[in-house]
Amino acid sequence: MPTVTLNRAEFEKLVGKSIPDAQLRDRISYLGTDLDELTKSEIKVEIFPNRPDMLSEQGFARAFSSFIGVKTGLREYAVKKSNHKVIVESSVKAVRPYTACALVKGLRFDDEKIKEIIQIQEKLHITYGRNRKKVAIGVYPFEKIQTPIRFKALAPKDIRFRPLESSKEMSGLQVLSSHPTGKDYGHLLEGKPKFPLFVDANDQILSMPPIINSHEVGKIGLDTRDVFIECSGFDYSVLSTCLNMIVTALADMGGEIYSMEIEMYGKKMVSPDLSATPLAFDLGYLSKRLGIELSEAQVKELLGKMGHGYSKGKALVPSYRADVLHPIDLAEDIAIAYGYENIPEVIPKVSTIGAEKPFTIFCRKVSDILAGVGLLECKTYHITNKDYQTTLMNCSVPLISLSNALNKEFSVLSAWNIPLLLEVLRSNKHHEYPQHIYSLGSIFKKGQSDTGVVEQERLACLLCSEQADYTRSKQILDYLFRMIGVEYSIIAAEHPSFIAGRIGRVVVKGKKVAYIGEISPQVLSNWELDVPVSGFELNLSELFDVI
Amino acid sequence: MSSDIQNIAKNLHPLERKVVPYLATGMSLAELAQKSKLSIVEAMRALQWLSNRKALSITDEKKELIELGKNGTDYQKKGLPERRFLSALSSTPLGISQISKKAGLDSAEVNICIGLLKRKAAIDISKEKEMMISLTDAGKGLVSKETLEEKFLKKKFPLDPSSLAEEEKFAFSELKKRKGIVALNVSSQKIITLTDLGKKLKTVKVSGKVEDKLTSSMLKTGKWKGKTFREYDVSINVPAISGGKRHFVSQAVDYIRKIWLEMGFEEMSGNMVQTSFWDLDSLFVPQDHPAREEQDTFYIKDPASGTLPPIAKKIKDVHENGGDTGSSGWGGKWSPDVAKENLLRTHTTVLSAQTIARLRDSQIPSKFFSVGKVFRNESLDPKHLFEFYQVEGIVVDPDANFTHLKGYLREFFTKMGYPDVRIRPGHFGYTEPSAEIEVLHPVTKKWIELGGCGVFRAEVTKPLMGKEVPVLAWGLGLGRIISEYWNISDIRELYKNDLKQLREMKAWMK
Repeated sequence: MPTVTLNRAEFEKLVGKSIPDAQLRDRISYLGTDLDELTKSEIKVEIFPNRPDMLSEQGFARAFSSFIGVKTGLREYAVKKSNHKVIVESSVKAVRPYTACALVKGLRFDDEKIKEIIQIQEKLHITYGRNRKKVAIGVYPFEKIQTPIRFKALAPKDIRFRPLESSKEMSGLQVLSSHPTGKDYGHLLEGKPKFPLFVDANDQILSMPPIINSHEVGKIGLDTRDVFIECSGFDYSVLSTCLNMIVTALADMGGEIYSMEIEMYGKKMVSPDLSATPLAFDLGYLSKRLGIELSEAQVKELLGKMGHGYSKGKALVPSYRADVLHPIDLAEDIAIAYGYENIPEVIPKVSTIGAEKPFTIFCRKVSDILAGVGLLECKTYHITNKDYQTTLMNCSVPLISLSNALNKEFSVLSAWNIPLLLEVLRSNKHHEYPQHIYSLGSIFKKGQSDTGVVEQERLACLLCSEQADYTRSKQILDYLFRMIGVEYSIIAAEHPSFIAGRIGRVVVKGKKVAYIGEISPQVLSNWELDVPVSGFELNLSELFDVI
Repeated sequence: MSSDIQNIAKNLHPLERKVVPYLATGMSLAELAQKSKLSIVEAMRALQWLSNRKALSITDEKKELIELGKNGTDYQKKGLPERRFLSALSSTPLGISQISKKAGLDSAEVNICIGLLKRKAAIDISKEKEMMISLTDAGKGLVSKETLEEKFLKKKFPLDPSSLAEEEKFAFSELKKRKGIVALNVSSQKIITLTDLGKKLKTVKVSGKVEDKLTSSMLKTGKWKGKTFREYDVSINVPAISGGKRHFVSQAVDYIRKIWLEMGFEEMSGNMVQTSFWDLDSLFVPQDHPAREEQDTFYIKDPASGTLPPIAKKIKDVHENGGDTGSSGWGGKWSPDVAKENLLRTHTTVLSAQTIARLRDSQIPSKFFSVGKVFRNESLDPKHLFEFYQVEGIVVDPDANFTHLKGYLREFFTKMGYPDVRIRPGHFGYTEPSAEIEVLHPVTKKWIELGGCGVFRAEVTKPLMGKEVPVLAWGLGLGRIISEYWNISDIRELYKNDLKQLREMKAWMK
């Protein structure tokens, strides 16, 4: 999860008071964030993905200061009109259709501050921006730009500019193939006939979102005072919320926010829009969900501690909050402000009857019976590999593979479980014999279900010792069937993993439910085993269905 | 004192009785076994028992010994190859094949002999159809003279290297260079030191017969009457045995299941392969959520996708615009194709979603639990598994609220052995409010994170159940609890199936 590292002195200035360690620790964890590290000079906090607005020092300090009651209620940010324009051309509609923009003026930068802005941008890119796919953010020194700014798309070969930190000009495709950022994010533009661009009134390229800014006009420096900020992507309201997270942070840094007019596909809008979103809620609903009686005055105060305003039955949700979709989200904020630690514990008198699935009980009984005859239960993974399931077993079985396995060793779902136990035997050759083991686990095959995959529970049982033979395995199978009170018969069968003539199918009520036999010497040698093995694999799901 | 000794003597095990007369300080186990005509194992057992009685002590002594190799033993009987080679040669030159046949040597041995004897100038070699060997004068001298090596080989092995004379040392170093004749081995021997008690024990005459074992024939014939049985050292160590048993993870799973059952929860179960629809979409996880990415979730290659239930239409609305839930939804377009993708379930919450979707009004209020495997696309390392158990419970109750969640948690975790529970704000996409569960560790007195909880969002319950019924939910992984109980630091041990470990692992006693 993303973290934000705060300069403690700066943070306390933003919050409006100094806070002792113990209180910091306690309050940070009850605000819905995790404290990672706390020193005299630094605070490192983990931010949950629902609160990207806290990914800046300013955003976190704002939330914290409200939470501890220093500065509560909705923060008002003044937005001045700038008369500068951004025009979105129709050429960009097919590749990256929307942008939300703003100007922030009167900033004072030092190296620290520049680093901070880059940090905010990067953290939002990764989280809320879904690695720039959903939102890409650009920040530019406004002094170097002539408006109106146009957001348009050009064929990659017609694009030429010097990307950030590069020594030479490149074409659109060169940026993707040779610039480090182009290599990381190139997949977002690959194959598109046109690439999006921000260009100014002098046709200077500002950037090629979501990849990279221009080195000449896309880099803020120590002498930058005013910045142009744009967020580009596919959903205007998402872009607008993201822009608001950034401009409010910059305003808290001392900047003044100016609006721009955006002409977009025949519509004109003013950006940024920092007005709070009113969200109506029913006080009774919130009280009922939380289980605490709340008065209107109390709710107003609690909402204020979470940075919300309140007016006549409606919460005024700050424009930078991305996580308030439903009144229940207000309930959570109210609960946080109330303090999770202060919420009473109530054990309701609701009578229900506990029950296990009959099949679970059946499987446990089977397991107990096998343990009772001296076998050790093993626990194996359901993910294995083709070699184990087929090649080493001298047979072929239809397998279901993973499309994105991490490695070959764990790349298919088990289709039968004897191979999993042979693997156990192979890794235990240095231990004492006899090794008599069993396992219960699911097997996977194609069939009728909503996924097209059917799962069945199987019992695999292997005896490995000098004396392991068909008789001993059948004794165990026979004991198991006698104990569960099921009659069975065994018919001769063929199976390439077993010794010919020493392999049978177990039949219960006309249904073939198990293989039993002696593992063939070829298979044993494939597994590098030099002690005889016999055993069986029983389909518990089918057996349970017929009895 | 003397009666004590009498008593001890009387109760000696038959094996002990056999060794006692031969015991002497400084004697080795091997020597004792030989003298008492017992096997090494039997003699050792007798010594251990006697040591338990404080009649003697056993010390391990490391000793260098010169021992005969396989060839050495052979040559001791037949003579060294060069001797056999020389004897085979008479005054006339002989071909190599003849020599080898006459002396019973293989070609490797013949080659060694030629090299050796050449160096001693004992033979001449001439080449005709094959190599012809004849004796030189020096060689003729050697025929009747015993070499140092031969003398050495006649000694009784094993030999103490410190006892060797200079000539013998030379012979040893020569023979050591050759394959499998002699070797200097370090062996450890068990050496006996008698205590005063042991010395006395040797002198005691055992009077009166004691029976060693009660037999069924004694019982049938009544011969046991009037017999005394040898007294045992009841504190004695016995060889360890192990039994069949369920895997320790299964034992822990059973325990957790029992807690849920005691609390009136009904079991949920279901498939591990699921559609993204049930695993994620029905739980209001947006379609661009990072949890869906390939580096987090295992997808199935074939069949790559499944089918959607009729309820999918409602889920689409909820995602796009909130539907009738009062939510704004996530915006954007919801894709049925993304929802159809088959995956290995990422959480057991998929079972909770399916359960509430099937629930009829008459079944409310109700409580459900599941204990099942879930999957994450992670490499195995000491802290991570790609497949692990998740435990989860839900309470479906129109009157349920956040205070009840805290109450249930207290009850559940108290039963788990953690009576101190607290919750902190947390974040899970499908619950609101959400919380992290922390318990006070009873030994370290530190708060540890053990799970998560919350109340299902309206965006989850309303489309699945047709109305917004509060559903309290909480869950936890089993790994931490199991590792802690058995002191396991590498989580991979849970599925390592080391049979020695499985045999020796203590039982889950909770």
